[in-house]
Amino acid sequence: MAITGASSSGGAKDGTSDSSSVARRNSKKPKYSRFTQQELPACKPILTPGWVITTFISIGVIFIPIGLASLFASERVVEIIDRYDEDCVPLNYTYNKLAYIQSSETNKTCTKRLIVSKQMKSPVYIYYQLDNFYQNHRRYVKSRSDKQLRSKASEDDTSTCKPEAVTENNSPIVPCGLIAWSLFNDTYGFSVKNKVLEVSKKNIAWKSDQDNKFGSDVYPKNFQSGGLIGGAKLNASIPLSEQEDLIVWMRTAALPTFRKLYGKIETDLEANDEITVVIQNNYNTYSFGGKKRLVLSTTSWIGGKNDFLGVAYLTVGGLCLFLAISFILLYVIKPRPLGDPSYLSWNRGHTS
Amino acid sequence: MTRGRIRAKLQRSHLYTFSCLRPSNAGAEGPNLVQGSRIVHCNQPHLHQKKPLKYCSNFISTTKYNVVTFLPKAIFEQFRRVANLYFLLAAALSLTAISPFSAISMIAPLAFVVGLSMAKEALEDSRRFVQDMKVNLRKTSVHKGDGVFGYRPWHKIQVGDVVKVEKDQFFPADLLLLSSSYEDGICYVETMNLDGETNLKIKRCLEETVPLNDDESFKNFTGMIRCEDPNPSLYTFVGNLEYDGRVFSLDPGQILLRDSKLRNTAYVYAVVIFTGHDSKVLQNATDSPSKRSTIEKKMDYIIYILFTFLVVISLISSIGFAVKTKYQVPDWWYLQPQNTDNLFDPNRPALSGFYHLITALILYGYLIPISLYVSIEVVKVLQATFINQDINMFDEETGNPAQARTSNLNEELGQVDTILSDKTGTLTCNQMDFLKCSIAGTAYGVRSSEVELAAEKQMAIEEEEVDLSNFPMHRDSQHDSRRNVRRASEIELETVITSNVGNDQKPVIKGFNFEDGRLMNGNWIKEPKTDVHLLFFRILAICQTAIPELNEETGSCTYEAESPDEGAFLVAAREFGFEFCKRTQSSVVICERYPNPGQPVEREYKIMDILNFTSKRKRMSVIVRDEEGQILLLCKGADSIIFDRLSKNGRMYEEVTTKHLNEYGEAGLRTLALAYKMLEESEYATWNIEFQKAKACIGADREAMLERLSDMMERELILVGATAVEDKLQKGVPQCIDKLAQAGLKIWVLTGDKMETAINIGFACSLLRQGMKHICVTTMSLDSLSKDVKEAVKENILNQLTNASRMIEEEKDPHAAFALIIDGKTLTYALEDDIKHQFLGLAVACASVICCRVSPKQKAMVTRLVKEGTGKTTLAIGDGANDVGMIQEADIGVGISGVEGMQAVMASDFSIAQFRFLERLLVVHGHWCYKRIAQMVCYFFYKNIAFGLTLFYFEAFAAFSGQSVYDDWYMLLFNVLLTSLPVISLGVFEQDVSSEVCLQFPALYQQGPRNLFFNWYRILGWMGNGVYSSLIIFFLNIIIFYDQAFRAGGQTADMDTVGTTMFTCIIWAVNCQIALTMSHFTWIQHLLVWGSIVTWYLFLLLYGMTSPLISGNAYKLLVEVLGPAPIYWAATLLVTITCNLPYFAHISFQKCFNPMDHHVIQEIKYYKKDVEDQHMWTRERSKARHDTKIGFTARVEAKIRQLRGRLQKKHSSVAS
Repeated sequence: MAITGASSSGGAKDGTSDSSSVARRNSKKPKYSRFTQQELPACKPILTPGWVITTFISIGVIFIPIGLASLFASERVVEIIDRYDEDCVPLNYTYNKLAYIQSSETNKTCTKRLIVSKQMKSPVYIYYQLDNFYQNHRRYVKSRSDKQLRSKASEDDTSTCKPEAVTENNSPIVPCGLIAWSLFNDTYGFSVKNKVLEVSKKNIAWKSDQDNKFGSDVYPKNFQSGGLIGGAKLNASIPLSEQEDLIVWMRTAALPTFRKLYGKIETDLEANDEITVVIQNNYNTYSFGGKKRLVLSTTSWIGGKNDFLGVAYLTVGGLCLFLAISFILLYVIKPRPLGDPSYLSWNRGHTS
Repeated sequence: MTRGRIRAKLQRSHLYTFSCLRPSNAGAEGPNLVQGSRIVHCNQPHLHQKKPLKYCSNFISTTKYNVVTFLPKAIFEQFRRVANLYFLLAAALSLTAISPFSAISMIAPLAFVVGLSMAKEALEDSRRFVQDMKVNLRKTSVHKGDGVFGYRPWHKIQVGDVVKVEKDQFFPADLLLLSSSYEDGICYVETMNLDGETNLKIKRCLEETVPLNDDESFKNFTGMIRCEDPNPSLYTFVGNLEYDGRVFSLDPGQILLRDSKLRNTAYVYAVVIFTGHDSKVLQNATDSPSKRSTIEKKMDYIIYILFTFLVVISLISSIGFAVKTKYQVPDWWYLQPQNTDNLFDPNRPALSGFYHLITALILYGYLIPISLYVSIEVVKVLQATFINQDINMFDEETGNPAQARTSNLNEELGQVDTILSDKTGTLTCNQMDFLKCSIAGTAYGVRSSEVELAAEKQMAIEEEEVDLSNFPMHRDSQHDSRRNVRRASEIELETVITSNVGNDQKPVIKGFNFEDGRLMNGNWIKEPKTDVHLLFFRILAICQTAIPELNEETGSCTYEAESPDEGAFLVAAREFGFEFCKRTQSSVVICERYPNPGQPVEREYKIMDILNFTSKRKRMSVIVRDEEGQILLLCKGADSIIFDRLSKNGRMYEEVTTKHLNEYGEAGLRTLALAYKMLEESEYATWNIEFQKAKACIGADREAMLERLSDMMERELILVGATAVEDKLQKGVPQCIDKLAQAGLKIWVLTGDKMETAINIGFACSLLRQGMKHICVTTMSLDSLSKDVKEAVKENILNQLTNASRMIEEEKDPHAAFALIIDGKTLTYALEDDIKHQFLGLAVACASVICCRVSPKQKAMVTRLVKEGTGKTTLAIGDGANDVGMIQEADIGVGISGVEGMQAVMASDFSIAQFRFLERLLVVHGHWCYKRIAQMVCYFFYKNIAFGLTLFYFEAFAAFSGQSVYDDWYMLLFNVLLTSLPVISLGVFEQDVSSEVCLQFPALYQQGPRNLFFNWYRILGWMGNGVYSSLIIFFLNIIIFYDQAFRAGGQTADMDTVGTTMFTCIIWAVNCQIALTMSHFTWIQHLLVWGSIVTWYLFLLLYGMTSPLISGNAYKLLVEVLGPAPIYWAATLLVTITCNLPYFAHISFQKCFNPMDHHVIQEIKYYKKDVEDQHMWTRERSKARHDTKIGFTARVEAKIRQLRGRLQKKHSSVAS
């Protein structure tokens, strides 16, 4: 009994298996699509001599004008650089510059004369340039608090500012951190033919920094009040957003040699003008052998004086033209018809 | 009984003389001594629910993880990779002040990478789980008490259950056979899944349990089995059955093993002994070894190199840092050096230096591409999907697509050097078709074998080509018509290759593919020597051991034969009009339609004795008495054996038949010779007395005696004719082998079959051909195991090997080809350590290698020898469980799915439904995947070196303080988002040439095995390119943004400006680089490459819009600072072009003056030269074939050479 029962169910299975197995087969069959069959339409560019030469020539043709244009722009820029850290030390301190700069009694005022070599159209930008000053040192870069700079509410947020976070009695320093603490504090006064040149300190920082990163309700507090005095002091009555020197300083430089914007002169300077600069030489670069320079410069579309960009463009452009010519010569000397089957390995194997 | 089928009840044991004769005193020798403690209470499974009799359930699981263990185990697996461990440490340290980056920028990419890998693991494991569940939910009939049986899923079967397994079902566990549908309690078992042997095995139950053969009888059945503990030995079993108060010993003959299959038996009753993981087959299962591709192994070396490099630059950094800290930092008042911690302590520079070493190791970690592994994994999974989805590898018949079961080895497919193939089920379908015969010296059968067909087509083309090349002068004028002809034939060949060979000729009747008007429909009566024909057909119909099954629906018989050849003979006999329709205990009934058509006569032949087939005897005979009372001995066997035994007057047709047999052999057919002899009554009687005596005796010499007696009988035969059966190759096998050989692959056949069969198949697949020198290495059959003999045998083999090697060395003819044929017994010696290298050396020098009668273990050993001895990539392909060892041992294992056994597929790395798909798998997918992965890995190293080194250069300008010039977010996104997608698209979609071209130019495949795309020259080239790019990117930017204003507004560049510009340049440079690397752009590549660059600007824009508390100095950087500055754009353009210039010049030069094959083909395709100049295209295609000595192309070439040689001789003789 059980046998027939079992086998009849087996028989029933047999009966349905045909149609169901067909269905099963189809269910496993991969569906055709150009994607799954890897037959998507594709462009298959090949590197023909034409393309190679065209590419090289067009790079050359594009690069050389750019190079010329930037060289030209760079040429137009007039730049006066004057190193004053040596000259502004009185002779009796020549061998003890550190004592001179660290003493509060010495006279830091120093006068220098600069000759304008070519006419400088306004605005003339004034920079200070420091050498061997590692603003990019990790310890230095990290030592700031963006939160604190931004809003009064975060005044206590000084955890990242070590070792210049709080005063001895634990009240927060605003602005905290090594960067702010070491703010550059030399000042320059300019005059031409005894006429004082106005130095504008407005708009030397990025607008977004002033608007969004440095709070207009944040005022300096406990700044430079500890035992160690670093650099400049800040006027506690001006909010940080107006302290443009600080804002510029807080943008740490990428390299140990850097310039930072000091201000602008909004009048043209004529050629051969003699500029008298009165420098307050306060900032200590003597301990680490850094140099200080004063730079006056105009700008063009590529910024300041920058011959390198133009030279680089010209070099690469020239190189490309050279390559183009070499390839043309190669093609002429040893042409290979494209798609020539004699270059297939099985055809070459016999000859070589 | 199954519907529509009637089968006579038979005592099968009486059909056989040797193998299943039951010794009369079975069970009397007393119980075995059982070592082991397993006790099974039959039919009382409830006793097994408590300890200590609780055994493991029949639930099987092959998954790596389960829900609970997944997380810990998978995480552990992930961090076993050195690179991941390094990143984990870096992430942990990023929580401290040592780290140069914020914690999130270290942890996020790691979490992403590890998470993705784990998701992949989970997916793969869930697939395994589904597979297991399929097996666990199979149903089988179980005794539920009171003699009622019902179906139950396998995983609920317990030890002690009585199960009833029906025909063609798998056994759910290891069982003890109690009874079967046959009265004498035997059953047939197919153990293909266990050992790959296709012939059926006979199992028989104890005499005492035979009566238990219906459901009712199990109502009160109890018994107890004591047996050995679970173990992996398939061929041993020791145990005792206590039943009816008596103890019987059990042996392997009563044990039905899980995963073998019941055949030719309606049902069996059996009791469950070992369940689930206790069963022998699962005890045998080893964890499949995890395989890694050559590229990945080499990649590890590159990682080590990079690690070393990383450590070196970190050391430089930390020494630089320590020196700076000690000598300079004390003067840097702006750092407040007096007020410092350990990290920057000028008083303890060594300690600070040490801390900085760790910082530097983390900082420069970008040299080690964190996302490399995960990108490769993503790419490989997608590549595997393409393999799975390939419609050209879908088999319509079985409904199985190709499947990449592990995605680790995709690129390895492109580097295969040697293929080791199983025969049965892989090359052949194990189905025989009766194709030709030779009767009384006349050959019949007009159809050609597949091999002949394919070779003919090929020959037609080759001859055309030879003609053309012989008359180069007339080519232009003459070859137009020829070209058309040839093109037509080429197309024809293609269709032959792609479609089934001889689709129209597909036999209507399974097993019968014979056509010849002289024999069919009774026409043979008109042939001369009708009596011989009659005998021939009778031998076909009578000399067999099959059982007919009458199909009620069609009215004809189907046969259950031991071997497929025999089935083919019976079908042939039926078609010729001699239908074997009934077998009784002692007779065979043949329904003969001729010589009187219209009135079929049923003739009964009394079977007196059967001298059955063994591989040693290579023949079988039956002794019958026909209706006239005449005693006949009918014999069929291997031609060499039969010819030796012919009587003087029986050799009438010997010469012609030999010629026919050679032709059949050349056509790749399996041949047997048929003979008979008339016996005198008295002659038979005297012999029979002896024979019966021998049958009855028990002892070691019984076999020998039976054999001697059979040998005595089978003499003085008279030759009738010969048969040729086609061991049907799987679809497209010869073509596939031909193509693979053209691609430069070596093919070895490892088979468990006997030497003759293997050689036949060798011919059928064109692995062997006439004119090839066969080197047969064999041993004299020595059964003695004494040491001296062994030594002598070994000496002998060594001699054979060295002689053969010398012969090959001394061969001068460049076209000479050698084939090595070696049998399993010899192989045991040849694989021993001291001579295996001689063996390998010889085998490698031969064009084809065939190993016959090899055990599964030897297959694995041969595979290992090839793998380790040649150091090249091996691929093993097989379908049965006997191939598992070799599949696991080889670098790549391929399983043939579609046949019922799943073991091979389960153990394999790839599964395909048919052997012929191997061509596409290797030549198309393998080629693509190899190039893709190779290019991708090279590019990965390039990009990370280009990026990572800029960080190092910057350190030199930042007092080695560990400050990064880039924002943390840039670094985080670099590997995860901004550069990863294009490289993935390279790895997934790149195609140097289309799939058709891959197939048409098999020589392109050699780029993989020769490793042209991942050699050290290339890797170092890419690394050099990375170093160059990093130098350009860093120094050009630094000089451009040195100190002066960078805008008309007079502002100078701060660190973020420089860093962002540099980063922009990097993004542009690496993405342009990958665009130059690619040669195949679909919209996806365009989207991802250019999209990455766009994404960078978008990110910069969005990042600049977030609160400055997040973005810091990058706030509004693009909009306010960089965007309006022309110098930013000018720098980007300059640096990008300069970075890519050398590479561009290099590839321009290489492609123009030193093009690789695929470059030329790309050009041909691009200019559509293949359409315009089809002559050239086909010529190149045929030249692109690797110079090969096997395959039918080689066969045809040899034939042409032979013909030409003959022609020349003729010419010279005419001239002289």
